[in-house]
Parts: sequence; C-alpha cells; structure tokens
Amino acid sequence: MTRDEIFSKVKEVLVDALAVDDDEVTPTATLTKDLGAESIDFLDIVFKLEQAFGFKIGQGELFPENVSKDPEYVRDGKVTTKGIAALRERLPHVDFSGFEKNPQLAKVGEVFTVDALVKFVERKLAAK
Amino acid sequence: MHWLWIDRVVELVPRTRLVALKNVSLAEDHLHDHFAADPVRKRAAMPIMPASLIIEGVAQSSGILVGHAEGFREKCVLAKVSKAELDREVLPGQTLRYTVNMIQFDTVGASTLSVVEVMDLSKPNPGWAEIGRIELMFSHIDRNMAGIEFPSHNFVFSDTFRTLLKTSGIAVDF
Repeated sequence: MTRDEIFSKVKEVLVDALAVDDDEVTPTATLTKDLGAESIDFLDIVFKLEQAFGFKIGQGELFPENVSKDPEYVRDGKVTTKGIAALRERLPHVDFSGFEKNPQLAKVGEVFTVDALVKFVERKLAAK
Repeated sequence: MHWLWIDRVVELVPRTRLVALKNVSLAEDHLHDHFAADPVRKRAAMPIMPASLIIEGVAQSSGILVGHAEGFREKCVLAKVSKAELDREVLPGQTLRYTVNMIQFDTVGASTLSVVEVMDLSKPNPGWAEIGRIELMFSHIDRNMAGIEFPSHNFVFSDTFRTLLKTSGIAVDF
C-alpha cells in the first residue's frame, strides 16, 4: 500500500470518527487542536484504524497512556527530558521536535498529527 | 421512576449480539410532556417516544452486552454516540426492538452497531420495521488512557439492571 493510499484511508477514518470535512484532514493537521478530537475519540480512531487496515493496536502503542502519573516524566506541568525520551521510544511515529521546545503536558495532544497516524500505519504494515 | 429504558432482553449471544424489547406505554410520564398540549397555539397533546430515550435504551442494551463480556466486572460507560439515525416517530402502544451487534471489544472499551425496529400491533399483518441505526462507543473507565481513578464498586450495573437480567433469564452473579 502506498503512502497516498494510506493517507486516503486514514482521512476516511478521521472524517468518520471526528465528523470533519475531507479538506480539513491535511498531513499537518493536529487531531486535537485542528480536528477537535476529544479523549474518547482517540479510542474511536484506534478501533476504526484496526478495522480499516486489519491489524490490532495494543494499548499505548499509538497514543501514550499514564505518562502524567509518573513523577519522573512530568514535573510542574511539564514533560521532563526523561519523559520526552520515553515518549520518543514508545511512539517512534511521532515528531516531538516542536513539542520539546515548550513541553507543557497540557499540549502533548498537539503532537498527534494526521501525518503521525500515517507513519504509524506505515510502520505497522511494514512489520506485518 | 427507574432509569431503565428496556423491558426485557430476549436474546444474548455473549460478546456478539443482544436483542432487547421496549414497550412504549402511555403510563410513562415523559410522554405527557413530549409533547404536552399547547392551548396558546391550539395544539393537542402529541405523545411521541423521545429519540434521546431510544438512544438511551440502545445504550443500556449495548452496555449489557459489553458488560456481560467480562462478567460485569468492568465499569463500562457510554463514551460516544458515534451516529444515530431514526427516521420514524414511535407512539404509545408500539413496541421497540433493539438488536445490538458488537463491532469491536478490547481491554479499554468497545464499539457497537444497533438496529432499531418498531412493531405496531394495531396494523394488519404487523411485523418488525427498521426505523434506524445507532453506533455507540463504550469505555472501560478503570482503564482510561489518562489513568484517572474511579470508585472501586461497580456503580454502572445497579440493582435495577440485576432485576432486568434476572427477569430476562440471564444468570447474574455480581
């Protein structure tokens, strides 16, 4: 499956899960800020990607979980260097370079772009 | 009044499908408000089963299917009404049938697709007529991504649900 084909299917998933228009789903659009995703939408996206691509996504594999509960990873509302390193290791499909300049925990959702989902799917399909 | 919007579960295939019935009765208070007579506009009362309560009934039916999958140990709560389409009004004396199909189920939650049908026994040759479809998502809230903690007792499946399951012939051991 080509990158364009993956993007097209990811777009269908997001239009369906988030009730957004086709043209809003661009590679750089963030799921939360640009497309209005709320926490439960992340589970919806996981379910719909599984159906669309026929693979299983483990808990914490696509989106992080419980990061905020670890005091080594979060201090004073900011993700620590160790926290960012852990996130990078767990989520290699995500680009944290912009986030690490101002790593406010409240803004961690903004690192999840449409492109990050496409990269995630690419990796999953390649590992099949 | 008890917040229970189905009367009986008539079929349960674990982790797969559940069918529930709801008899719409004029004895239900809400039908006298939805819609009450409006003397100013000279409109007579028009009792119609609210679509929101049909969705609630489907959510309760789906919740039982999802909860049953793990022996009602998980607190599964309705997290999202992904889609709901109902194209006909439902009136007192009619019966609703909700057929819930499990689409996905895992440790963090589930998604379901339900078909809503209505039967009107006052019509000649009455049969089930599809009036809509509802897609829902459930979250097992103790396994939420944010790691938020909730009370330990299962507040989702109350005594009222237990009674419904017992009268529907479903083994209850929670």
